[in-house]
Amino acid sequence: MRIFGLSFKVIKTLLTTQYAYMLEYRIEIALWALSGVLPFIMFSLWSQSDVGNSFGLNDIGLARYFLSAFLVRQFSVVWVVFSFEEDSLSGRLSPYLLQPLHPLFRYVASHLAEQATRLPFALAIAITFFILNPSSFWLPSLPQVFLAYLSTHFAFTIAFLLQSLVAALCFWTEKSSALERLIFVPYLFLSGLLVPLSAFPSNVLKVAMLTPFPYLINFPAKILSGMQVDIFNGFLAQILWISILIPSVNILWKLGVKRYTAMGA
Amino acid sequence: MYRYFKTIRLFWSTAFASQLEYQLNFLIELLAMLGTLLGSVFILSLFFTGGRQLGDWTWESALVIQGVYTFLDGLTNALLRPNLTEIVNYVREGTLDYVLLKPIDSQFWLSVKKFSFAGLPEIILGLSIVFWASFQTGYSVSIYSLSVFIISLFFGFVILYSVWFLIAASSIWFVKTWNATEVLRALLAAGRYPISAYPVILRFIFTLVLPVAFLTTFPAKAILGELNLIILFFGLILSSLFFIFSRLFWKFALKHYTSASS
Repeated sequence: MRIFGLSFKVIKTLLTTQYAYMLEYRIEIALWALSGVLPFIMFSLWSQSDVGNSFGLNDIGLARYFLSAFLVRQFSVVWVVFSFEEDSLSGRLSPYLLQPLHPLFRYVASHLAEQATRLPFALAIAITFFILNPSSFWLPSLPQVFLAYLSTHFAFTIAFLLQSLVAALCFWTEKSSALERLIFVPYLFLSGLLVPLSAFPSNVLKVAMLTPFPYLINFPAKILSGMQVDIFNGFLAQILWISILIPSVNILWKLGVKRYTAMGA
Repeated sequence: MYRYFKTIRLFWSTAFASQLEYQLNFLIELLAMLGTLLGSVFILSLFFTGGRQLGDWTWESALVIQGVYTFLDGLTNALLRPNLTEIVNYVREGTLDYVLLKPIDSQFWLSVKKFSFAGLPEIILGLSIVFWASFQTGYSVSIYSLSVFIISLFFGFVILYSVWFLIAASSIWFVKTWNATEVLRALLAAGRYPISAYPVILRFIFTLVLPVAFLTTFPAKAILGELNLIILFFGLILSSLFFIFSRLFWKFALKHYTSASS
């Protein structure tokens, strides 16, 4: 059986080696999980203000939304640009390009491995949150968990493809991590990490929904926290973005590799 | 003392010359900064829908806090980030040895070696917002409130620098401190909003444990002429303690430093 042209054996090897590698960095990954506290800071603010009611969320709803947003972010964080820039500048990229394996697959594997390593820390933070806010405790139903899991994976895919586009620009400029900042800004404000998007004025919301960002946090988090959400259209939008981004990344990579002259050459 | 000023001038003029080569970078930073500011102000405005207030702060006075935050963020990007993230590399590559051999204080050298000019627009814009928004509140800035503002801002910056330097100095043991810095940055983001808008426990933490309140809320109060002088005095003590501790910690870390090559 082959998935994306990779045999099962290759996939297994990639994932197990990357997982072993990630396990060495458990403390850093724990700290990284902790650096995702932003939704909790925002939760403490929104819960103090009575604005929450005006966009249809009571304290419990807010707590559940922001915990879900935290979890979705933990499993959709992408850092391809930074790894790729380092590999490209240090010359490690050249041997990767010679192998009959697209370099991006190596990064996909390391992201998935990192998510697996992060799972216990994310759960520990979630449990701490429930201990501090016992009234917000809830267990999502199995279909909810399944749909949230699926949409988080799609969110990860979109984020990964977006960053791969930027990473491919590394073939032209050495500073694609600076360009990454330009994607991060709309991601921060339009993804729903700081506030559920239902709080947006309707005209801003309309514009935001035309971008891929609300499908990266807001959509999966709404499913997980059990808020009202248009599941069909959400998934449709996610799949649409993925099908636009895959060919774009492919084309830009092919152009980039052609242009590539190894560092020091 | 004069020697230190001369060193800074030399360092920063070299930095300026080398950064002139990266004009595209500068443009990207500028765009990212404007986008971030626009987004933050938009999110802030959501708290004020329906004539509400945020922790007893009006829209205009909350904007002053936003301005102070922007200013400090610019200062961080210009001075703290380029210098303090480098310490890890010095330790890893063993080049810290050369720094320690120089006839100048090593903490000083490590803290001011670089200056990123891309942080300057943010510094200027931050200050402009502070003055524009405080003018909008209808309060006229006096020489007194201006000087209290500058002093409290200075205390805030010393605290910020000390905490950041502490984390960077711990790279002597842990080598990789990048993630710890990210945790700090995430917590400091709390300073975008008035401390009184947080639940009581967080208010306590943000005033005494990780004194975010001294970074943004208190300087904003100072320019609005509302800062209690007792708090200013408290800021003096707290920032001195943080700074002294960072120096003692650095001395302690150096005792444990074994060069990468030995």
